[in-house]
Amino acid sequence: MDNIAGTKSSLVWAVHLATAALVLLWVLPTIGLLVSSFRDRDQITTSGWWRSLFPAEQNIVYRAGDADTQRQDGPLWVIDGNVFDGAGGEVTAFGVNSRAPDAFAPGAEADLKDGVKLAVQANGDYRLTAPAQFEGRSPRIFVSSVTPPRFTLDNYRRVMFAEGLGRAFLNTMTVTIPATIIPILIAAFAAYALAWMEFPGRALLIAAVVGLLVVPLQMALIPLLKLHNQLGIGKEYIGIWLAHSGFGLPLAIYLLRNYMVGLPREIIESARVDGATDFQIFLKIILPLSFPALASFAIFQFLWTWNDLLVATVFLGNNPDQLVMTGLLRELMGSKGGEWEILAASAFVSIAVPLIVFFAMQKYLVRGLLAGSVK
Amino acid sequence: MAGGTIVIGVFGCVAYFFLSNLILDTLLPPRGADAGRNIARAAQIRPWLFLLPAVLLLAVYLVYPVFVSVWYSFHDSTGQTYVGFDNYSWLVSDSKFRESMRNNLLWLLVVPAASTFFGLIAAALTDRIRWGNFAKAMIFMPMAISFVGASVIWKFIYDYRGDGQTEIGMLNAIWVSLGGQPQTWLTLEPGNSFMLMIVLIWIQTGFAMVILSAALRGIPEETVEAAILDGASPLQIFARIKVPQIWGTIAVVWTTITITVLKVFDIVLAMTNGQWGTQVLANLMFDWMFRGNDTGRASVVALVIMLMVTPIMIWNIRNARKEMR
Repeated sequence: MDNIAGTKSSLVWAVHLATAALVLLWVLPTIGLLVSSFRDRDQITTSGWWRSLFPAEQNIVYRAGDADTQRQDGPLWVIDGNVFDGAGGEVTAFGVNSRAPDAFAPGAEADLKDGVKLAVQANGDYRLTAPAQFEGRSPRIFVSSVTPPRFTLDNYRRVMFAEGLGRAFLNTMTVTIPATIIPILIAAFAAYALAWMEFPGRALLIAAVVGLLVVPLQMALIPLLKLHNQLGIGKEYIGIWLAHSGFGLPLAIYLLRNYMVGLPREIIESARVDGATDFQIFLKIILPLSFPALASFAIFQFLWTWNDLLVATVFLGNNPDQLVMTGLLRELMGSKGGEWEILAASAFVSIAVPLIVFFAMQKYLVRGLLAGSVK
Repeated sequence: MAGGTIVIGVFGCVAYFFLSNLILDTLLPPRGADAGRNIARAAQIRPWLFLLPAVLLLAVYLVYPVFVSVWYSFHDSTGQTYVGFDNYSWLVSDSKFRESMRNNLLWLLVVPAASTFFGLIAAALTDRIRWGNFAKAMIFMPMAISFVGASVIWKFIYDYRGDGQTEIGMLNAIWVSLGGQPQTWLTLEPGNSFMLMIVLIWIQTGFAMVILSAALRGIPEETVEAAILDGASPLQIFARIKVPQIWGTIAVVWTTITITVLKVFDIVLAMTNGQWGTQVLANLMFDWMFRGNDTGRASVVALVIMLMVTPIMIWNIRNARKEMR
C-alpha cells in the first residue's frame, strides 16, 4: 500500500511502531516464562526475569560452619568457608546482625563479643576466629552480594524425571495420536457420503452436523461417564479416544465435506463411468486430493486433544499411568505454587510440541480456520 | 502396552471400512447377470456403510447426552430419585450460580469484543508492512498453547511477593515502579475476573486476526481506490470503507469466540478455581460434578450453558441451509 497517494511517512512509522508494540505485548508473557525456566531457582525468586542477563543482587543469611568443623591455628580457634558454597558471587557488604546487615565492607574485620572476630572477603571466603574453643550454634553472617547470571538445565531435568513429566508426556501421546487419527478416518468417509452420494436424509444430516458443532462439552460429560462406567471403559484409554473422536467429529465432517464438495465433479463422474465403485473413488481420488483439508483438521484435533484438560480429567484417572501433562501441570500449580522454576519448565515441556506443530504447519492451520468458521 | 492399544484402535477403524465394503461388493458384485440391479442396490446401501461410525459416534457422544442430562436434571444427586423441579429452584436461589451468571455475562461482553477489536487492529496493521507475516505468527502463537499452559504464563505475570521482597511478577514490578503497593491481583474483586479474561483475549486475538485479515484482503480494490480518489485518509478508509464491508466476517468471529467463552473452564480452574468471586458456569458445573458429586445439580448447570449456546446453533443451521440452496 506504499503507493497510495496521501500516505505520509509518519503514518508508516506509526504502523511499524504500533505493530512492534503489539507483537511485544503478545510475546513477552511467554518469553518471561521461557527465560525463567532456564534460570537458577534462587535467582528466579530474587530478581525479575527481565534482569536475568544482569548480575543479581541478593541478601543472603548464612550460618557459619558448625563448631565441629573448627580447627586450631596457633593460639586461635578458626572456622572458615565460603558463603556462596562455591557457587560464585561477589560480596558487596556484610554484617553480623539483622539490624545492620551491611555494616562492614568486604575485607574488613567485625568484632563479635568475647573476642570473636569475623572477616568476609569479596569472593565470599569468611574466617571466624576466637581465642577460645567454639561451642553451640555458630553465628549468622548477613551478606549483600552480587551473583552473576546463572542459567541451567536442572529445572528441566528435575521435572522430566523427579516430577513425573516424562511419563505424563507419553500418556499425552497415547491419548493424542489415536484421538487424532480415528476421527479423521471416520469423518473422511462420512464427509464423502455427505458430499457426493445421493441418499434420503442427506440435507438433514448436514444440518445436524452444523448444529452439533457448538454443543458444549459440559453437556456430555456426566451421561457419557456413566455410560463408559457401565461399559467398563470408564478410566481406559479407549474411552477417551472415543470421547475425543465423538467431540471432534462435527468439525471434521464439516471441514472435510466443505472441501470435498468443491472438488471438480468431472473427475468423479468420469471415474464412475469407468466402473469404479464409490469406495475406490474415495480411496484413490478423493482422499489424496483432500490432503490440505485433512491436514488442517489433523492440526486442529491434535492441538485440541494435546491441550485438553477437561476431557482427560473426566475420562482418565490421575494415577501416574494415565495422568496427562495438562493434568499434571494443574496439580503442580496447586502443590508447587511458588516454585516457578518447576512450573515454568513443566509448562514449556507441555507447550513445546504444539508450538513446533504450529510453526511447521501454520499454513494448514490458517486454511482450516478460514474454512471452518461457519459463514 | 500403550503402543499396542494405539495400533488396535486405529487398525480396527480401518478394518471396518475395508471389510464392510468388501462384503458389500461380494454380496452384490457389480458384474455378472444382475450387474445393473446390484450396482443400484449397492449404491443405496453404501452411503450408510460410510456414515455408520460417524452417525453412531455423533448420536452417542453428542445427541444422547442432551436427553440424559435433561433426565438427570429432574433427579437427585445420585440420579435415582425423581425430585421434580428441585434442582431448578435450587439453581435460581444459589448465590454461586448467580455469581457465575454475572461473570459469564461479563466475559461475554468483554472477551469477544476485545479479541475482535485487537484482532482487527492487528490484521489492519500487519497487512501493511513487510514483516507482517512474522508479526502475525507471533500474535497467533498463543492459539497453540493450552489454557493451562497460558494460565501458568499469566499467573507468573500476576505473581505477588510482598514483604519488601523484589517483585518478580511483571505486573507488580511495573506497578511498584510507578509508585504503587504490590497487589495480589488474583484475589482483588472485581478486577480479578478481568485478569482472567486477559488470558483468553490473549489467546483468541490471533484467531480473530487471521480470519479478519483474510476478509480485509478480500475487499474489492475498486472501493478503496474510489475512496482514495475522493481524498479519504487512511483511517477513514479503514473505518468507513473497509470495516463496513466485513461486518459478516466480524459477526462470525464474534459468535465463534462467544462459544469459546461459554465453555471457558481451564483458565478459571487453574488460576483461581472460582474463588474470590471469579466463578463461571463451566467451572461451577465441574465443581458439582467432581467435588459435589451431584449429577442433578451439575446437569442443570450444563443445561444452562446449552441454552445459552442454542441461539447461535439455530443461527448457524439457518445460515448453512441458506448457503446449500
